[in-house]
Amino acid sequence: MITKRIIPCLDVKNGRVVKGINFENLGDVDSPVRLAEYYSRCGADELVFYDITASAEGRELFTDILCKTAEKVFIPLTVGGGINTVEDFDRVLKCGADKVSVNSGAIRNPDLIGQAAKLYGDQCVVISADVKRVDGVFRVFAKGGRENTGMEAIEWIRRCVGNGAGEVVLNSIDTDGVKKGFDLEMLEKVCDAVSVPVIASGGAGCADDFITLFKTLPKVDAGLAASIFHFGEVGIGELKKKMAENGIPCRIQENGNV
Amino acid sequence: MIAIIDYGVGNLFSLKSSFAAIGAEAQVTADINVIDRASHIILPGVGAFSDAAAKLRDSGMAQAVIDRAGAGKPLMGICLGMQLLFDKSYEYGEFEGLGLIEGNIRPISDVIPESFKIPHIGWNSLEFKKNSPLFKYIKNGDYVYFVHSYYAADCDDSVSAVTDYGASLTASVERGNVFGCQFHPEKSGDVGLNILRAFCEIGVSE
Repeated sequence: MITKRIIPCLDVKNGRVVKGINFENLGDVDSPVRLAEYYSRCGADELVFYDITASAEGRELFTDILCKTAEKVFIPLTVGGGINTVEDFDRVLKCGADKVSVNSGAIRNPDLIGQAAKLYGDQCVVISADVKRVDGVFRVFAKGGRENTGMEAIEWIRRCVGNGAGEVVLNSIDTDGVKKGFDLEMLEKVCDAVSVPVIASGGAGCADDFITLFKTLPKVDAGLAASIFHFGEVGIGELKKKMAENGIPCRIQENGNV
Repeated sequence: MIAIIDYGVGNLFSLKSSFAAIGAEAQVTADINVIDRASHIILPGVGAFSDAAAKLRDSGMAQAVIDRAGAGKPLMGICLGMQLLFDKSYEYGEFEGLGLIEGNIRPISDVIPESFKIPHIGWNSLEFKKNSPLFKYIKNGDYVYFVHSYYAADCDDSVSAVTDYGASLTASVERGNVFGCQFHPEKSGDVGLNILRAFCEIGVSE
């Protein structure tokens, strides 16, 4: 039976993992390679590397870190951040990324998703949407959640999937960093709108938030979080155990010998 | 040495790294001399069947692979590489594969319930159908990572494991020294590395 995926997200800046509360006040956590190995060992189903570097040197550093991680970690890796062209896809795929998530790049260039899907397949292209309620309407935000694009979010996501995005990461800015649970209302709307896998992001504060997510919305395929994993507030092994006890299908990792 | 066939399809970085992780020497190559020297052959692949099949033929690698497999060298196809081992695919038309394993590649939408999403993405468990040498270091029920929208059909005799996605889908196949995995062993954690390790230990068949 297909399992629900648990995905730690590593925000990487200048070669280091950081995590902010509501995208601000970034604090340093650990080396991406070491964190990735650690997560892979304790049963993470996939990893997301999000490059929040702005400079060209930072970009190079990121690519280097990605290669070093992909040499050691044998679970799927998704890369996002700074993906604006198909050349950017090429750059990270050559370093061992399996999927590439686009956000602002797809907002600036609506053809990007279609071009990338044609070259690398739908399964490779992930639309990552930062969404926030503005006067009761779900709006898409760009530039790491700082800029309201004015676009209605559900229709935008539907269009991205129509153009070839094979997965959706829905990050609710309203619940991000608040640690009171995922944005179930927003997630349900997206699940109803698209037929590809949906990954919930933003708001997990404890293991029960994942149980509530998968119990309430069985159509959600995966839960993504950062700080609660990085700071050890939720252990992935314990979370999986709790999911299994609640009848949620998940992959329980045994410490294998290779 | 393991030869990973390079015919311009997909990303071979993780595959090469995973052999390094189990201490096996692997070379990404489109050189027939290297393939001849190799003890084992890996046929990778992602993307569309017709495009990959054409590239495999045009590069001369199709015949090279068929000849070496025919001579008994262990061959493993991964994901689209597995699908290419079959007679035919019905992905956006009707296209010839390598014909090393009898059967056809068909859309999973033919057999799975409508409520199941396509592609089949994620970790799913293996149900063994045969006592395959590939499973030497893993257990029935172990999880591996899948990403696919098509599956191998009409090949019951060759199926070594299936996975349940609303329907029983071919997860791995074998026929003599020719093996195939629909899932990605290079992305399936320790279970995947153990499958690759078992493959490396398979000897040349006479």
